[in-house]
Amino acid sequence: MEKSELKRIFKDTVPIMIGYLVLGFGFGVIMATKGYNFWLAPIMSIFIYAGSMQYAAVGLFTGGAGMLTVALSTLAINARHLFYGISMIDKYSDAGKKKPYLIFGLTDETYSIVSHTDEDVDYCFFVTLFNQVYWVMGTLIGSIIGNMVSFDARGLDFSLTAFFLVVFTDQWLKSEKHLPAIIGVGTAVICLLIYGGDKFLIPTMIEIALLLYLLERREERKNG
Amino acid sequence: MDNKQIIISIVIMAVVTAAIRFLPFLIFDGENPPKIILSLGKALPFAMMGMLVVYCLRGISFDAAKNFVPEVIAGVIVVTSYYLKKNTILSVILGTGVYMLLVQVVFR
Repeated sequence: MEKSELKRIFKDTVPIMIGYLVLGFGFGVIMATKGYNFWLAPIMSIFIYAGSMQYAAVGLFTGGAGMLTVALSTLAINARHLFYGISMIDKYSDAGKKKPYLIFGLTDETYSIVSHTDEDVDYCFFVTLFNQVYWVMGTLIGSIIGNMVSFDARGLDFSLTAFFLVVFTDQWLKSEKHLPAIIGVGTAVICLLIYGGDKFLIPTMIEIALLLYLLERREERKNG
Repeated sequence: MDNKQIIISIVIMAVVTAAIRFLPFLIFDGENPPKIILSLGKALPFAMMGMLVVYCLRGISFDAAKNFVPEVIAGVIVVTSYYLKKNTILSVILGTGVYMLLVQVVFR
């Protein structure tokens, strides 16, 4: 990999760097203020590497959740990653030695880049790696500084929302078919209203899979 | 939880998360995946990004202006600025800056 190439990948991941440093920092600070050893938070960011799950984990720790609850919560919160894998099977089929790490590091943010790029597997590998470095660095800094410094960071977490909005807009502008995007937003909103913020992801995913399946079947019949 | 329970929990979370991420590859790898899975895989990113946007904004409620106006204004700014300039970093910084200003100064 050439230096200019790495520079380009870095540039492509800057928005995620901002979001991950901030959210990772926040996670480290929360763990520190709850009185957990400073190395626990970075360890989690290295081995679990799932942002929203790690935030939820703090609640599980302090609440004294049982191991079954821990396992089921992880399943519920991260189940959406099943779908990310399904979209990447084709692209990652020849990734060789890089494949395990590409799959391990398939977070929301990484997926938002690798799922809609025409670049090769090497590109995806460094995007994945850079992103985790940002996440671990943010966590480590937050964990160390912890409650030593206090500043008003309210609202900074919007950077990730903004990033997903940009990706969504970009996909919308580049694609001729808008139905999958509409299905995603519509289903999520309806399920959010029915099931509430803590429980809507799994019903949403089931509905999305079903609707996209029916859509594909209809297209096939039309074409075939 | 004590430190030992926490470490066991971390191991469980790491294993379950990795299992979820690896499962599709373990099931469909090697031989050719069914056509329906591949075409589903092509349509999914669009739907998933829509779902993620809603997931990020799930805290919105319409009972008071401060619980939705910052999100709406910042969201519109992100989408419009991206539509006009096609610059990801610009839109993210602009949207986040406006959002922080709104939640910290305007809607306290």
